Amino acid sequence: MKAEIRVALVGNPNTGKSTLFNLLTGLNQKIGNFPGVTVDKKTGFCTLPDNRRAEIIDLPGTYSLYPKSRDESIVFSVLADRVHEAPDLVVVILDASNLKRNLLLYTQVADLKLPVIVALNMMDVAKKDGITIDINALSKKLGVSIVPISARRNEGIDELKKAISYANKFALQQDSIDVKSIAPQLVEAIGQELQIDNPYYALQLAHQHETLTFLSDTESNRIEQLELEHGFHTQKAQATETIARYNYINDLLYDTVKKQESAQEETTSNRIDRILTHRVFGFIIFFGILLFIFQAIFAWSAYPMDLIETLFIWMQTGVHNLLPAGPLTDLLADGVIAGLSGVLVFIPQIAILFAFIAILEDTGYMARVTFMMDKVMRKVGLNGKSVVPLIGGFACAVPSIMSTRTIENWKDRMITIMVTPLVACSARLPVYTLLIALVVPDRNVWWIFNMQGLALTGMYVLSLVSAIVVAWVMKYILKARERGYFIMELPVYRMPRWNNVLLTMFDRAKTFVLEAGKVIIAVSIILWVLASYGPGDNFKQIEKKYSEPQYGQKMKPTQVEHAIASEKLESSYAGYLGHFIEPAIKPLGFDWKIGIAIITSFAAREVFVGTMATIYSVDGNGDEIQSVKAKLGSARNTQTGQPTFTLAVAFSLMMFYAFAMQCASTVAIVYRETKDWRWPAVQFVYMTLLAYGASFITYTLLK
Amino acid sequence: MKTLSKLQIGKKGIIKEFTDLEMSLKLMEMGCLPGEEITVERVAPLGDPIAVNVSGYMLSLRKQEASTIILQ
Repeated sequence: MKAEIRVALVGNPNTGKSTLFNLLTGLNQKIGNFPGVTVDKKTGFCTLPDNRRAEIIDLPGTYSLYPKSRDESIVFSVLADRVHEAPDLVVVILDASNLKRNLLLYTQVADLKLPVIVALNMMDVAKKDGITIDINALSKKLGVSIVPISARRNEGIDELKKAISYANKFALQQDSIDVKSIAPQLVEAIGQELQIDNPYYALQLAHQHETLTFLSDTESNRIEQLELEHGFHTQKAQATETIARYNYINDLLYDTVKKQESAQEETTSNRIDRILTHRVFGFIIFFGILLFIFQAIFAWSAYPMDLIETLFIWMQTGVHNLLPAGPLTDLLADGVIAGLSGVLVFIPQIAILFAFIAILEDTGYMARVTFMMDKVMRKVGLNGKSVVPLIGGFACAVPSIMSTRTIENWKDRMITIMVTPLVACSARLPVYTLLIALVVPDRNVWWIFNMQGLALTGMYVLSLVSAIVVAWVMKYILKARERGYFIMELPVYRMPRWNNVLLTMFDRAKTFVLEAGKVIIAVSIILWVLASYGPGDNFKQIEKKYSEPQYGQKMKPTQVEHAIASEKLESSYAGYLGHFIEPAIKPLGFDWKIGIAIITSFAAREVFVGTMATIYSVDGNGDEIQSVKAKLGSARNTQTGQPTFTLAVAFSLMMFYAFAMQCASTVAIVYRETKDWRWPAVQFVYMTLLAYGASFITYTLLK
Repeated sequence: MKTLSKLQIGKKGIIKEFTDLEMSLKLMEMGCLPGEEITVERVAPLGDPIAVNVSGYMLSLRKQEASTIILQ
């Protein structure tokens, strides 16, 4: 259904814009992409009191129309895009407790002369701070209707909907500053050249023409030429404009807003900050919270993950039983369903991780983490804001890499993207669990520490250390595109909005399934073909061999089946590839069987366990780590008679999985976020080299 | 020349001007304008960045950025 009116929501970060968006649209929203850039476009529908349908566009929070990050650059593009449809109405949401800074963005938007109304949020907070606002007087001065709301308490939303439906088709707001005086001739010239009658629009084009996708090259070049002719200095013009705007705002607020001078009572936020950003307690609390999140991700996700796995195994068996046997059934059951299971099984962990991140962000604590960690992170070439993706990396690199978009600085963001896949994600866990159980004794040392637990913890610590070291190296390799800075609002502490937490969980899980899912499934199908077909009539020969009576007499039918499966895998294309790469991986202590597992787990690391189960023709359910472990433990090298999985081989394999980019979805997401194939290529190469080196050293030292 | 980075915790100052044009654009958009009162509220546990109260809210910035703000 087409919307009858398009409404854009604009506002500073931390003003409750997304809460308002959720209130207006409910679950009736979708996430798309803005054309040409990978910034999520959140749109939703809302029915107005007059029964018209309004499409609401939630634009990224920004302090000004001059963008500091990729997300922010969308705001002006959408408001000014005359090629596609510009919105019919802009709702500017202002934080009543911090009106002065919020009004800067309002005056900029208003000067674009689109129809505007103001939603004045956080009236309750302002009241508590002793701020009184004469809404009628302010509304008259601005020439727009102002609707007081409290998005958290769901107050004033109906009035806002009414105001949206009564809103004018024409911009009636008062001019704020004399825009023309900033660059009179240039504004005039651009106006004539491009038929623009709005001086602020012309001025913004002068500032931003290089990055606007809706301008043609000739238009952009012409603007550049005019700038040179008129000696336009973008930074100076911007400074003049900002000062003029704040002068206007000060005049505006002088007799409309009164603040009671309270007796310097310390705010609650300040008191909380005293503890949470304390020299000592600050870090202890932060690491405590991290530990708790970490524990929760694994503890709480265990049951739903089991459930999902069981469900898919049940589906696989069902498909095999119901459909006639044949390659199509196999493809569906062992290719598609198995691939799907590999994606969906991570949803619980991703949902839990992002629920925690949403809570930390919502309460305002994340900003403090950034504040506390900035100095350390900067030393290694990262940024306080890189903490979130790196923590997220423990669950899954895919959503974590998506969350790097909040990092304004290009170089910091790129380094964060490049090192996040090194963090031990949950797909490595089954590989580590299996290999550790195989070679590390289940014994306690120093009374309380379990040796297997220590080995696993070691792998996690190693992952974080390697990410930091690589980041530090990249700091010297990558050239900065712009100056790094860290000017960030520390929002007041608030209770998390549970709706928002749920929606974030849902959003992230959905994006993960859609983004990572298609790649994993595609690669799973290819790998299934490689593992299920072999050159020539190899497979027929195997079946013929086992149909001879001697096997039926000596072995149980299931044993014959496993033996066939194992031998088929060896003579499949994947098996040939395994043999083919054996010389290359021999120095790492791996044989062709491990080679096959490395190839089949290219799409997703956890596939390693299942492949090992098939190769070693494990009896019973191959997903049972215990049965795989028993089989691998008894595997012997055919030439030496020694166990195949020695301490050296197992640790060498763990090192390989710690560093190698065995994840097709991460490759895809890095491409999507950087829009340049060279980034995932470089990442893949450096990680593979690291993996090879680390495995080689480990094997050589331990053997 | 007294800059914001030299201000002790709990002390106030009034912004006079900036030494860096590019940085000043960002700072001014965030409400750090000439004539505005600015108070250092706290310093991060590792000594950098700092948190200041300006225009009625809490802003954090690095010391190096604070050193571009000259106080009266």
